[in-house]
Parts: sequence; structure tokens; C-alpha cells
Amino acid sequence: MGAIAALDVQGIALVRGDRLVLRDLDFHVTAGETLAIGGPNGAGKTSVLRALAGFLQSRCGSIVLRMADGAVISEAEERRLYIGWLGHQDGVKSPLTPLEHLQSHARFYQCKDDIDDALSRTGLGHLRDLPVQYLSAGQRRRLALARLILGARPLWLLDEPFSALDQEGKAIVRQLAESHCATGGMLIAATHEPFGLRGATIELS
Amino acid sequence: MFELANPKRFMDVSRPALPWLAVAAAILIPVGLYLALFVVPPERQQGDTVRIMFLHVPAAWVAMMAYALMAVCSLLGLVNRHPVADVAAREAAPLGALFTVLALVTGSLWGRPMWGAWWVWDARLTSFLLLLFLYLGYIALWSAIEDETRAARAAAILAIVGAVNLPVVKFSVDWWNTLHQGESIFRTGGPAIASVFLWPLFIMAGGYTALFATLWIIRIRTAILQRTVRARLGAETGR
Amino acid sequence: MSFMALVARDMRLATRAGGGAFLALAFFAMTATLVPLGIGAELRLLSAVAAGIVWVCAVLAALLSLDRLFQADFEDGSLDVLALGPLPLESIAAAKIAAHWLVTGLPLTIVSPMIALLFSLPGRGYSALAAALAIGTPAVSAIGAIGASLTISIRRGGLILPFIVMPLLAPIVIFGAGAVRAAIDGLASGALLFLAATSLAAVLLSPFAAAAGLRLNLGA
Repeated sequence: MGAIAALDVQGIALVRGDRLVLRDLDFHVTAGETLAIGGPNGAGKTSVLRALAGFLQSRCGSIVLRMADGAVISEAEERRLYIGWLGHQDGVKSPLTPLEHLQSHARFYQCKDDIDDALSRTGLGHLRDLPVQYLSAGQRRRLALARLILGARPLWLLDEPFSALDQEGKAIVRQLAESHCATGGMLIAATHEPFGLRGATIELS
Repeated sequence: MFELANPKRFMDVSRPALPWLAVAAAILIPVGLYLALFVVPPERQQGDTVRIMFLHVPAAWVAMMAYALMAVCSLLGLVNRHPVADVAAREAAPLGALFTVLALVTGSLWGRPMWGAWWVWDARLTSFLLLLFLYLGYIALWSAIEDETRAARAAAILAIVGAVNLPVVKFSVDWWNTLHQGESIFRTGGPAIASVFLWPLFIMAGGYTALFATLWIIRIRTAILQRTVRARLGAETGR
Repeated sequence: MSFMALVARDMRLATRAGGGAFLALAFFAMTATLVPLGIGAELRLLSAVAAGIVWVCAVLAALLSLDRLFQADFEDGSLDVLALGPLPLESIAAAKIAAHWLVTGLPLTIVSPMIALLFSLPGRGYSALAAALAIGTPAVSAIGAIGASLTISIRRGGLILPFIVMPLLAPIVIFGAGAVRAAIDGLASGALLFLAATSLAAVLLSPFAAAAGLRLNLGA
């Protein structure tokens, strides 16, 4: 998989149900940068992330991913393979252990299976064999983060990444974001808390 | 056809058509009933019972036609995102269910003197019972999903899956019936039907179709108007 | 391979505590036990209805566990992560259907001769029963998956799902139970072939309809 260069979003309009959530949204992000999307509840932060992931279709406008080698990806079907997803829910299963989650994820995503690294970077090493039902909300969030780094996708879409995390957890998110961007990754997050990294912020109303 | 997908165009075209259809139904059904009840002679084997057929068979036809229309509208709504098609599919379902019930009830009434039981697991009745369940499932799915766009798409997928399945259901029920019940007594569509019986049948079929079309169009128009009103009210309050 | 990874994950989840695998089997045995209590213990009567009872109970047991097929993943956010993986939604649906069959349809098939024994199914029926269930239950999982994908966002989807799926399953029950009865009567009815054709078509086509259902729910 080649390196990504930039993401161009132009004039998208998003509808959920019968309601127009937002329209005429434009932004541009280059590799190595973060984009924070802010705004009150119901402003459409999650909708923007779901549109970038290809779940939600825009009635107009375009979402284009540009590669370092000059290739242009405009189809959601292809773009999805570059996306690392951290939803507002963790997507973890109570009967499975963190180790089982990550093993299964590595096989499903066909990515590198450096599971110990992902566990230690999120501070879950000592919990690897404990079923998720015994983990706290913050620990589950960390597991979702471990899955995100294991996937090694270049474009991260994070929905409220800091939620449920303690100070140490938040520091881990910032650390992960920093190393992700330093290695040419791109990060778009719906959040109020700044990453302290180079990048823009857009406020939805 | 595609022009009709525009709600405004649909309203314009359907308004003048409505009285004609209503009048056709109001003339054809009484005429058909008169012929069926008073003009047609008693049949050799079935006697006066045969008169129920003039209510039963056309109802069954319209019930199947309604499902076909519902499936076609669902496909148009799903593939081409025509707003009127979604509404048309939804509004066809209760009417189709109604005609299916009519076919089942008249079939059962016919069966009582012929078979000596209110319900017989005859191939025709059984497949119509399954058709009724398909209609009810479709209606239940529509009403269970709150978000209207999502409900429209989900119901459309169900209608199309059902349409693909219907021939298989029909075939399996016929096969099941011949295996376990022997030939069923009644077979329509044979060449043996005399024209005395055919004419009232066709007139009733025409009347039922006109009635279905009238009710269907009224329902679609009402739904479109409701949606417009809701959109206007929404626009005034800001959401 | 991604497909097998998903099948393995789903099977593991189903067989852990709280998974539905053994519940379906238990439900199968329970409903079959209720039948003689309802219609009487006369073996001649039971033997005449054995094939139908086993089929109906097996289908009900499979339906019972189908409503959570996609719903659990949809509600906890796993489906989003799966949808961004290398497999298209059609393959994801197919993998989940396969896993569902392996943890419900297959065990039901294996246990069915024992249940049939309780109804004193005539001797010639057993191999036909096992064959018919082995051929037909994949279609139950596949057609049920369509209903599961469409009812994913409904809180009481477990009530709507059997409702919308039942008419679609009629051919499977008819051919499946018909094959057993034909075998007992020593008739060559072709039921098993009809069953195989219907089941094959259902297994091949259902993932597409289920994927369409998933797609519309991911986008809403």
C-alpha cells in the first residue's frame, strides 16, 4: 500500500434520515497533519467521519484521496482500505480477551501481527488474557486504540478519541497521534480537545 | 413513467385520472355483480356456489398484481431513488393485503359447500396465505423502522427478495399439494370455462383493478401531501 | 485469510458463555418435547408427523438465534470496523452465514436423528432426514440473514424477523420434510433435488441481499 499525500473534500452535503445535517463542507488535509472537527452535539461531526469512511453517501461534492505517487482515489470502496477507524463505540466483545481481539483483527485485516507492541503501547500488556467484560470503559477504549495501531492504516478517523480515558490514556492518544503523523499518516478527529500537533480545526454549527 | 417520479408531476397527472378510475370502478363492479348473481346460470357441478368465483378469482388476480407493482416500485425506488416510487410501493401493500384477504375469505366461503370445511390445505389457498404473510411482514418492517429513508430501502429489499421467492413458493406449494392431497378439485383457467362465465369474470377483474388503482392513487397522493406539509412546517421552524 | 478469520471469530463468540449456539440446540429439544405433550403419546400418530415436527422445530431453533447475527456487531460498533476491512460486505455476510450454520444448522442436523427417534420415525427416514437437514439448513441461515440485515436497527427485531422470513422459508420446509416422507413411502419424488436447488440458490443469492441491507444501515 502506497503512502498517502492529501485528502480533498469539496462541497459535500450530508443527509441523515430526512434531515440535512450539513452542506457545502470543504476541507483539505495533507499527510502528517491532523484535522480536528468541533461543534455542538448534532452538528454532524460523526456524519462527516462516516462520509469519509464511505458509510454515508454525499448527495453532491467529492471526497478525493491523493497518493504520494500521484494516483487519485475517488471511490469510497477503494478509499476504505486506507482508513483506520475508531468509532464512538469501541467495537469490542465482552467474552473475548484483548489478545484474541487483536489476533482475530490481524488475521481479518491481513495486517502485521505485532500484537505485543500494540498492547504495550496502549498499556494493556498485563491485561492481555483477561476477557473484556472485566475491563473498564477506559481500558476498552485502549483496546480499540490498540486495534487501530495494529491495522496500520494511513488515514485515521477518530470519533471522540479521548472519551472515557484518564490522563495517562489521553497522553497515549496524543503520543500515538504524534508518531502516526510523524510517519506520514493523516488524522481526522471529531473532538474538542486539541492534539497539540500541526493541523487545522473546523467548527461545524 | 420516469416523469411520474417527480412528486409534483405525479400530483398533476393523477388528479384528472382519479375521477375516471373511480367512475370505472363504480360502474364495472355493480354490472359484474349483477351478471354474476342474476344472469349467469348455475354451474353443473357447483350449482350456485360458482357465483363466489366471480368475487374470488379477480381478487386473487389483483392481489398478485399488487405484489408485482409493489416489487417494481421498490426496484425503482432502490435503484433510481425515485421518491414517489418508495411511497407507491408502501401504499400498495395494505391494498394488496386487503385483496389477498378478500381472496382467502371468498375462497373459504366457496370451500365450505364444496369441500365441507372452512379451510382446506389446498395449494391455491395455502400459497395465498403465504402471500398474505409476505404482505404483513412488509408492512410490519415499514412500520418498525422509524427513519423513513431507511425503512423505504429495507422494505424495498424485502419486496424484491419476496418477488424472487414467490415462484419458488408457488411451485413448492403445488408440489406439496400433489404429493399429499391428490389433485385439487378446482382448476380455473382450463379451456372448459364457457363464455357466459368469462364475461362477468373479466368485468369484475376490470372493476377490481379500477378500484385498486383509485385507492392506490388516493393513498399515494395523501402520502405526498403529508410529506409536503411536514417539509413546509419543518422549514418554518428551522429544522 | 480474512474470510476464515471472521468465521472463526463468530464461532468463538457463539460458543463462549452468552453465545447462542447451545441455546438453539436446547430450544430444538424443548419444542420437540412439547409436541407429544400437546398431541398425545400414540406412537403411530407421532411417527406420521415426525419428519414435519423435526423440520419445524429445527427451523424455529435456527430463527431464534438469527436476530443477533448482525445486530450485536451493529450495536457495539464492530460492524464499522469489519466493513473497512479487506472483504466486501457480501463476503462478510457470507462468512457470518457460514459461521451461523456451523454453530446451529450443523449441530441441529447431527442431533436430529436422536429427536426423530423419540417420535419413532420409520427406519427408512433417518438418512433422508439427516441429508435433508444438511442440505436445507444452510438456506435457513442464508435467508434468515437477509431478515437479520433488514431488522438490524429495530430494537425488538427478534419479533419481526421470523415474521418476514417465514414465508420465504416455506419451500425449504416443504421440500425438506417432503423428502423424508417420500423416502419413508419409498417414492422417488425428487424432493431432495428440489431442496438442493432451492438451497443452493438461497446460499448464493442471499449474501447480496444481506449486504444491501447492511449497507443501508451503515449509511443511516
